[in-house]
Amino acid sequence: MADLATYILTASGLVFFIAGTVGLIRFPDTFSRLHALTKADNLGLGLIAGGVAFQTETWAQLAMLTLIWVLALLAAGTVAQLVARAALSTPEQK
Amino acid sequence: MSLTIFALTGAALIGLGVYGLLARLHLLRRIIAFNLIGSGLFLFFGATGARGEILDPIPQALIITGIVVALSASALAVGLVVALAQGSGRASLPEDEDAEGRAP
Amino acid sequence: MSAALDLALCALILGVGLASMAGRGVFRAAIFFITYGLLVAIGWARLGAYDVALAEAAIGSGLTGVLLLAAHGRLRRLRAAAESLSRFNLPAAIAGGGVALSFGWAWFALPVPRAPDLTYALPQAGVGNPVTAVLLNFRAWDTLVESIVLLAALIGVWMMARDADWDAPLGLRYHARPSGVLASFGRILPPVGLIFGVYLVWAGAESTGGAFQGGTVLAAVGLVAMMAGIMRPPRVAQGAWRAALVLGPVVFLGSGLAGAALGAGFLTLPEALAKPAILTIEAALTVSIAVTLALLVLGPPDEGGQQA
Repeated sequence: MADLATYILTASGLVFFIAGTVGLIRFPDTFSRLHALTKADNLGLGLIAGGVAFQTETWAQLAMLTLIWVLALLAAGTVAQLVARAALSTPEQK
Repeated sequence: MSLTIFALTGAALIGLGVYGLLARLHLLRRIIAFNLIGSGLFLFFGATGARGEILDPIPQALIITGIVVALSASALAVGLVVALAQGSGRASLPEDEDAEGRAP
Repeated sequence: MSAALDLALCALILGVGLASMAGRGVFRAAIFFITYGLLVAIGWARLGAYDVALAEAAIGSGLTGVLLLAAHGRLRRLRAAAESLSRFNLPAAIAGGGVALSFGWAWFALPVPRAPDLTYALPQAGVGNPVTAVLLNFRAWDTLVESIVLLAALIGVWMMARDADWDAPLGLRYHARPSGVLASFGRILPPVGLIFGVYLVWAGAESTGGAFQGGTVLAAVGLVAMMAGIMRPPRVAQGAWRAALVLGPVVFLGSGLAGAALGAGFLTLPEALAKPAILTIEAALTVSIAVTLALLVLGPPDEGGQQA
């Protein structure tokens, strides 16, 4: 049962990652690429973390997994803001 | 099987780094090439250390030491490149520019 | 299945490594190199070398990446970041191919090495993690010299400073808006990062972690805090920072001499004292590693003034 949940969640997480990567490669400018990366990939990471959470054996592992997810989310959001701001000030660079 | 894959990847990375170190002229690129050689060597060495019946911790400890030393060497090299650029306005060696005929 | 996974991972490592050497632009190369380091870290995890995986991700990818990106920024200000597209270089390709082939040959031709049996020595080392035991007990000599190499590199970096800049804060100035996202990130990350860095050092005695990995996390926390404007970058002349730089090597050397004085021999830890001695050395070493790595990445003092 737990394995099934892991399969479903990580598989759907991967779908979002693929969508985000396709967006990163196919979208024309920095802002739409960031849009693809931050939204699709953060959701994908959350789904994968949720899938792996079903395999944890102790609460400590679960807490660490949550910490990793929260930190990655925070870092991704911050970096996306900074990249967007840098792209605004130098509009010519792709 | 997996160990051989990693060792051969390490060997290929060393070769790739040697190519970059010789063929690319921008010094920052050469620092990256130097790091590529280092990490290829570590991979080769680490795979060798995992070859016996038990996982040998000594190569692992030496590799951790090596990673730290590679960073400090890179920091020193970056300092030298920036100092060169401050003095001359370029980030490649003068003899390479002569061979190339123009500033890279 | 696992061989297929390793094959795919190695193909990715090689592809990203190739991308960091090919193409135009050193910025792109630096980004590819960061990605490369993270993939190699996964490779180390696949090999079961979790301590090395952590060190590679934190130092080989993270700190080296910051170093390269900061260097690119400085070179761009000096108008030296542009790179011409290079043609294929046949002699270099022959040299690289030759080196790669000889390593490949060595793998198949040389006898399989035999790992030393540590089952008898390990219980006397004071720590359960064999890698930590090697680093701080069996081959403590290497680690002592390494901590001094780090210091020597930092002194070398500082030598690049111009006289006029000597009293300036280390590194370039970063301008973060006080209410911006980076400033908030710089406030949220340090408490978590500090706990995690100390945890890594503590955990390193028995499981994955260690002074280098923990010290790197602490160094990264400091760098983020400085970039976010939460913490002021140190100056060369500040005594407290200099003391932090030499704390680790001094404690290490002192415990080595104490071992000699107790009759065990230089850098030889008596079994009864091994665990507290290693923890003390590691704690002092972590402080020095964190400060040295952060200052190495920050670079020499630079008032931001360029001649051009």
